[in-house]
Amino acid sequence: MSLLEVDRINTLYGDSHVLFDLSIRVEEGEVVALLGRNGAGKTTTLRSIMGVLAPKSGEIRLDGKTISGQSPSAIANLGVQLVPEERAIFGGLTVEENLRIAALTAPNAWSFERIYGVFPRLKERRKSQGRTLSGGEQQMLSIARALIRDARIILLDEPFEGLAPLIVRDLVNVAASLAREGRTMIVIEQNVAAALSFATRVYGLNNGHVVFEGTSAELTANPDLARDFLGVGA
Amino acid sequence: MPSWPALASQAFNGLALGSLLALVSSGLTIILGTLGVLNFAHGALFAVGAYAAFVMLQYTQSFLLAIAVGCGFMLVLGFLLERLIIRFFYGRPHEDQILVTYGIGIVLVECVRATFGGNAQRVPTPSWGQGATQLGFLIYPTYRLQLIAIIATLLVGLYLVLYRTSMGLVVRAGIENPGMVGILGINLRRTFLLVFAIGVVAVGLAGMLYAPVVAVTPDMGANFMAQSFVVIVLGGLGSFPGAVIGGLIAGEIVSLTSAFNSSYSEVMLYALMALLLVLRPQGLFGSEGRV
Repeated sequence: MSLLEVDRINTLYGDSHVLFDLSIRVEEGEVVALLGRNGAGKTTTLRSIMGVLAPKSGEIRLDGKTISGQSPSAIANLGVQLVPEERAIFGGLTVEENLRIAALTAPNAWSFERIYGVFPRLKERRKSQGRTLSGGEQQMLSIARALIRDARIILLDEPFEGLAPLIVRDLVNVAASLAREGRTMIVIEQNVAAALSFATRVYGLNNGHVVFEGTSAELTANPDLARDFLGVGA
Repeated sequence: MPSWPALASQAFNGLALGSLLALVSSGLTIILGTLGVLNFAHGALFAVGAYAAFVMLQYTQSFLLAIAVGCGFMLVLGFLLERLIIRFFYGRPHEDQILVTYGIGIVLVECVRATFGGNAQRVPTPSWGQGATQLGFLIYPTYRLQLIAIIATLLVGLYLVLYRTSMGLVVRAGIENPGMVGILGINLRRTFLLVFAIGVVAVGLAGMLYAPVVAVTPDMGANFMAQSFVVIVLGGLGSFPGAVIGGLIAGEIVSLTSAFNSSYSEVMLYALMALLLVLRPQGLFGSEGRV
């Protein structure tokens, strides 16, 4: 049994049908990348798993138990944690308050020290309000909020988007070390090389369908595949 | 040109009115910010608070005891309104929320009128607040000074709840981005009940404290509600510091303008709001957010 099973879900945004019988699965300890063009349904897939959007049909299971249909807060408390594309830092709260609220309902919450060990920059800025952080710091904080909850599976939506190359390199290193420690993740990324550097397996999405499933190595070995099916260069 | 003592006296009146508006508006603004509901029953709840003080005072003969029992009554009323009515309107359009809270307001005011009649009732000044205090440059009614101090204490208390407790953390985060609070595993709906009840107690308490200063009538809250809407626009929707500062500014503007020409006091308040909406639409402490 996989840790997460997305089983033939159909998700709609208002009247527009975005995901069509989409199925993916994620094993404990693996990092899965979702690749595809804009509008392929990657973000919608993550939002469906988190319960922000309820699938119209199909089922999402965690440890074999159905979670689709539950509220985002209930799903979060089962160990699923979305790090949204827009980062969604609370701008009026300090860095430490952002971490504190994230840890509030987590039974095995990390200590601040352990988080600051991963992101030393956040320790320097712990008294700063969220709205004063740079884009890179906001992204660190957004990932830190998922980590402090000790989430079983972290859903990263374009974590490197719009960040300077040096910061991307740092964040990729963090993601890679989390992957080595066996943290289960799903990552969406336009920067395919960055995603493939720590993802083990890949799903290619196009128009709400899975059009490719394979290992990162397979995709790297066949760059045409990525270009043809996904419109991205590997 | 009014004399300096007259101006100073009006400045103190502005402080008393302003602190009261701050208390009323902070209830309104945290309900709006957290629940997303603009509570049009707020003025009626102000009057209910004043009548609660009036009734309890007759039974207890003690102002403090009357206020304590009155707060308990407002708390229960707040819980009941949220559980029985308001919670069914969270997902509904703003028009529906306005209509239902406006309706609750009418029902409450008419219940008060049916029970106590439309004539003004008098709530006596508490024994410890009788007379006037010599301030050196000014002799000022003692109870109004105490009113300012009591409300300042209450606002500090509210500040501590919002900024030093986990519940306050959830409320502040919920005002900014309720969706993300849910994604972090917190069921905001449970917090809604408490926030609504706190807002109701705040406005009821304002009504109780104000009762000895004015004539208590069923419609006494209407003007206060209109002014507190101006205050939360001035301060920024959903902002607690904004409600406090906005309340004080509004109180001073109304009072100081009255020293010159009382018929312009409200005009000045709305003129300031219009000016601010042009220059800084999000209000003094507001950020672009929901609502």
